[in-house]
Amino acid sequence: MDFSFTEEQNRFRQEVRNFLEDEIKKGYWEPACDAWIQGFDPGFTKRVAQRGWIGLTWPKEYGGQGRSYVDRLILTEEMLRYGAPAACHWFADRQIGGSIAAFGTEEQKKELLPKIIRGEAYIGLGMSEPGAGSDLASLQTRAIEDGDSYIINGQKTWTSGGSFVNYFYLLARTDPEAPKHRGISEFIIPADLPGIKRIPMIDITGTEAWNDVFFDEVRVPRTCLIGEKNRGFLQALQQLDYERSGMERLMGNYPLFEALIQFTKEHKLSQEPVIRNKLAQLQIEFEVGRLLIYRVALVMDEGRAPNREAAMSKAYSTAFEQRLANTAMEILGPYGQLLGDSKLAPIRGLAVYSYLGSKGYSLQAGTSEILKNILATRGLGLPAS
Amino acid sequence: MKLTLTEEQEMLKKTARDFLTEKCPKKFVKQIEQSETGYSRELWQEMAELGWMGLAFPEKYGGGDMNFLDLAVLLEEMGRACLPGPFFSSVVLAGLTILDLGTEEQKQEYLPKLIRGEKIFTLALTELGYHNYDASSIAVEATARDGNYIIKGTKLFVPDAHIADYLLCVARTKPKDGITVFLTDAKSPKINCTLLKTIARDKLCEVVFDQMPVPKANVLGQPNQGWNAVQRIIERAAVGKCCEIVGNLQRVLDMTVDYAKERKQFDRPIGSFQIIQHYCADMATDVDGARFSTYQAAWMLSEGLPCTREVAIAKAWASQASQRVIALAHQIHGAIGVTIEHDLHYYTRRAKAAEIAFGDANFYREIVAKEMGL
Repeated sequence: MDFSFTEEQNRFRQEVRNFLEDEIKKGYWEPACDAWIQGFDPGFTKRVAQRGWIGLTWPKEYGGQGRSYVDRLILTEEMLRYGAPAACHWFADRQIGGSIAAFGTEEQKKELLPKIIRGEAYIGLGMSEPGAGSDLASLQTRAIEDGDSYIINGQKTWTSGGSFVNYFYLLARTDPEAPKHRGISEFIIPADLPGIKRIPMIDITGTEAWNDVFFDEVRVPRTCLIGEKNRGFLQALQQLDYERSGMERLMGNYPLFEALIQFTKEHKLSQEPVIRNKLAQLQIEFEVGRLLIYRVALVMDEGRAPNREAAMSKAYSTAFEQRLANTAMEILGPYGQLLGDSKLAPIRGLAVYSYLGSKGYSLQAGTSEILKNILATRGLGLPAS
Repeated sequence: MKLTLTEEQEMLKKTARDFLTEKCPKKFVKQIEQSETGYSRELWQEMAELGWMGLAFPEKYGGGDMNFLDLAVLLEEMGRACLPGPFFSSVVLAGLTILDLGTEEQKQEYLPKLIRGEKIFTLALTELGYHNYDASSIAVEATARDGNYIIKGTKLFVPDAHIADYLLCVARTKPKDGITVFLTDAKSPKINCTLLKTIARDKLCEVVFDQMPVPKANVLGQPNQGWNAVQRIIERAAVGKCCEIVGNLQRVLDMTVDYAKERKQFDRPIGSFQIIQHYCADMATDVDGARFSTYQAAWMLSEGLPCTREVAIAKAWASQASQRVIALAHQIHGAIGVTIEHDLHYYTRRAKAAEIAFGDANFYREIVAKEMGL
């Protein structure tokens, strides 16, 4: 065992920090909770791309850096620490690019990967549907082959950043006769095709978090299909592991954690035993979660899809984020209820925002219940229910 | 970064598991628990021959030249097997302290005896009162007189003192912060030892020093400046306990998952019910959290890096996680788990003892708070 980073990794971490601090100093953006998923800032994404920090783990022949997942985790950990607005490229960088690299045709790799790496392809996820949440394989959106095209009809929902993206990743049924897991294919399609309609959804914090996306006779070329027809669900399972793997599950509201600690010090609350105890407990839980997530990256570096490991770290981490937000609200007492733009609002309203916002994170990318099912059955070998 | 064992450590783990599976079945544990001594001389000697006592000591004292991380692997297996006996006292509490603090002469004198399994050592640290592991809690006094020190007072919860040959005693040599560590003869008639009956049936003693003279030559490390050393002893012991906890909990998880696969109710294995699955998933998460935080601290100790914060995180987590894991294990095992027919009680009782030993979660949360600058 070795819990240290290489000198090169330490230098890399410092380089990322310097970059982010410089960005903040220049006033390009303010650290925010959930900025990895809600901070759409094409300029930031472009500047990250210029440093070669998108597609860090992808093969060099497609413009990636061929670096390790631990390296990428160092990068994303720092982005989250500083609450950087990385939403334009986050999804493509985290899971779609890897999927294209694993299953795409040579042409798709050459077209799409460099676009993501340059920070030009913002990809929204079209997985869930009104009737297909945890039971994703029951999805009804159809893609019917018609000559050299597919015709897509249906509705996707919970698409993060749906208004901003220029591509959709889509799971659609290509064989309605087949058993439900075996008739699904993956597509990546431009977001502005005729017949696509996006309707924003406002979340409990008042933010536009998602879109409903409607597909009405949308014609796409066959070349939009990724990998093998009708094997999309199996391909997507691996992608879901990647979706769950990262530090954003633990550090989405990290700016709140730092601000809360600072606040308790400034207001002499940190000397009260009950508050010390609560904050120390959060710190312990945070550090344990961080180790669980680094383990996931190491599993990926071994070339294995981090199935049960990512299920574990994601379920654990989203529960942590909720406890952090709860504790922050407790400590702030009546001030905690004040919204960010209210008179007297403490720590920029981060606590109340996160208290509300963190409730969604134990649902997206696999509910904690689904994740525990995975951990129990695939991880511990318990019989399926 | 690497979170897997080396090939050598895997071998050590396997050897230890095979050996303990054979030599330390629960029948043996039960028998030792009921005995007065709390260990088997025969098994002790076999462990010495395997090189276990000497594992983490330099070759020149007869040791195996491995490090604390290797020892951690062994301690985990001992936790898994519920191995009774004075290994922890002799090696982790006393032996490594002598290695840290002793003069070359002292090391030459004592370590080979420990490593060969000839002598048993332990540490007398905690005392009356409820604030242990703090310098102010040390009331046992050692007064300099005629080239000797005279130790007077009562130590509590001293493991294996009743069978020990040597006893490291942490005593106050100056009113404020003057703490000194002494190496004393545990067989002296000036030491009065009473066995306490504990939840884990491990052998914790009350040790009364009745004006016991100790030669100056038996001071370990710097006189009056021992508390820093004692803090290191506590840190190392806490991590050692974490290793035992990890072994304990991993076994409890394995047993529980096996039971959930086999036990049928309503015509199906109870492990097919989601609530049981989620309990098991929660247990696995707690165990992995304990494992990685423990090995992180063990690795840092092994590397000689400052790790007050990481030790505190590991022991706080392992202490709390152990209680959650054990509670769920009992819930899943149902009534059989609360009988002595089943092995679970060995783990339950030991997990509680380990949770308390060398600082519980409350104690370490305060340390974490300080490390956070609160």
